Amino acid sequence: MEILVCVKRVPTVGGAITLTADRRAIDTKASGFAISPHEECAVEEAVRLAERLGGSVTVATLGPAAAEEQLRACLALGASGAVLIETEPGLEVGPIATAAALHAVAAGGRFDLVLLGNEASDTGDYQVGIRLAHLLGWPAATGIKALAVDDASGWVSASRTYRGVLEMFALELPCVVTVKEGINLPRYPSLPGRLRAKRAPVTRVPGPEPAGAAAADVRMTSLRVPDAPKKQATVLGQGAEAVPALVDVLVELGVVS
Amino acid sequence: MTAFCLVELDGGTVDGTAAGVADVSLRAITLARGLAAGSADASGPGGGVAAVVFVGGAPTGGAEPGVGPGLVADLAAYGVTDVYAVSGIDGYAPLAWARVLQWLMSAPANPELHESPPGESSHPAPEHPGHAVVAAGTERGNEVLAHLGAITGLPMAANCAQAVDNGDGGYAIVRQRWAGLLLEEALLEAPVALLTVATDAVSAVPVEAGAAAVHHVAPSVDGSDLAVRAVETPAGAGGASLATARVVVGGGRGVGSADGFGPLEELAALLGGVVGVSRVVTSEGWRPHTMQVGQTGTKITPELYLACGISGAIQHFAGCSGAKTIVAINTDPAAPMMTRADYAVIGDLHAVIPALTEALRQRRSASD
Repeated sequence: MEILVCVKRVPTVGGAITLTADRRAIDTKASGFAISPHEECAVEEAVRLAERLGGSVTVATLGPAAAEEQLRACLALGASGAVLIETEPGLEVGPIATAAALHAVAAGGRFDLVLLGNEASDTGDYQVGIRLAHLLGWPAATGIKALAVDDASGWVSASRTYRGVLEMFALELPCVVTVKEGINLPRYPSLPGRLRAKRAPVTRVPGPEPAGAAAADVRMTSLRVPDAPKKQATVLGQGAEAVPALVDVLVELGVVS
Repeated sequence: MTAFCLVELDGGTVDGTAAGVADVSLRAITLARGLAAGSADASGPGGGVAAVVFVGGAPTGGAEPGVGPGLVADLAAYGVTDVYAVSGIDGYAPLAWARVLQWLMSAPANPELHESPPGESSHPAPEHPGHAVVAAGTERGNEVLAHLGAITGLPMAANCAQAVDNGDGGYAIVRQRWAGLLLEEALLEAPVALLTVATDAVSAVPVEAGAAAVHHVAPSVDGSDLAVRAVETPAGAGGASLATARVVVGGGRGVGSADGFGPLEELAALLGGVVGVSRVVTSEGWRPHTMQVGQTGTKITPELYLACGISGAIQHFAGCSGAKTIVAINTDPAAPMMTRADYAVIGDLHAVIPALTEALRQRRSASD
């Protein structure tokens, strides 16, 4: 079972998002970087599948040279190969061009399964996995919270919940599946894993040029942080003494008769 | 222009039984209506919002398979002028649904988009081309429109909060990034705008009562487009009831342990609500991920969110900012959840929650 997992380096946003002066990017001077929780679960799912069925896990990312940090973090978790599709720092690549760049890595018959996070936590485009599947000519399922692979039959069972209904999809390998946090509880990297990750080679390939990065795609003009409601919390009191005031609030809201 | 809007129904796919229009679809219709009304040819032929409802398997031969007058009236009340009731596809099949939307939007004036017509149709396609295809930003809406983007080569803008037709082939949009913690202003230039609507950013607004014409269409779909299809079974309570609950009692790190949730669950039951949790709670394994509120969990829109021992990371706010009223209980008065709440109680939830439950019980027995 050869599995490709596609991940994305995004800033770790903590207390508040601050933007650069030109309002076209998040100010990352003081932030760290990571892959999203959905993608951590995609890596974990792939590693578990490879442990059970044999084969190996390759991680790929499209991003700046610094994204090597995220690839090595995935290597420490059990991936054995890594591909960096390198773009110039600060270049934002749209979902159409991202899918095309990932296709160049995923194509060629080497992989049985491609896993991605359901959506990138920063741009939230909700489409790279499906566009990649169409380029490969493979079936796709998205938002998956439970995955079972039967390599003997070559079929995958994937499910998710939708408006209170469990939706179960059957897909024939090779296929593309995007997963959501909750499908598993990702492991922490082991010490031998970290040591192995330091030495593992990372394959570098050139990414799209700036001209092609946003070609025929949604073009961002500027970013803004939505106005937080200017609320001043009304303090109802300290500890259990606040309960009568709290009950009054619940009555006023109509949740208690 | 015509804005085609994919309609989702409460209870998933219709099976001929009564099903209502999902609130998220009414929100999407409201955005689509503004888009169609603001376009240069709004009063021209085909102007308005056309709802697309997938009514399931083979037509039964009845007069109106799957789309009853109640459903049509509900759609008309939100400005829908035409309803396309699509039969012949059994259940939810994302690629097949996308092919049908492609066929609908590719009426005669958009032949270049009509690369692979879904075979012979027993009913005619609409006469006028669609200039927008809109869906709610749900698992299905985003998935179907991503397929539509892939098969047409068109860009797709997910989770829009606003969209305006610039009249020059471009659309000025505002869309959510970071699950709504950041907004992107963008230009979408395409012969047909493919948009999904952020479920928590647009309100559903009805219009003066109107009427909608119903068109029954049964396009034949290539078997390969039906290869991925959902088999549906009722899911246990959990994520779904969390998303629609009127009251959510939230628990975070301050709850301290898996056992610590007992009093919160007791209170939630008393209030007719459910318990939601922050990410740390699921990471610790205290509660399953289906109960998680936040960017990578469930977005909630209750009347009351009672956040207990939750400090309030911004990823958590991405999931709970749709609450009408937030009451926070925390020992730290400076925690973000306390400063952004409507009401705050400074104190230990382990003292406050049992006292609140007891007070509500006494109140109830006094009124009996």
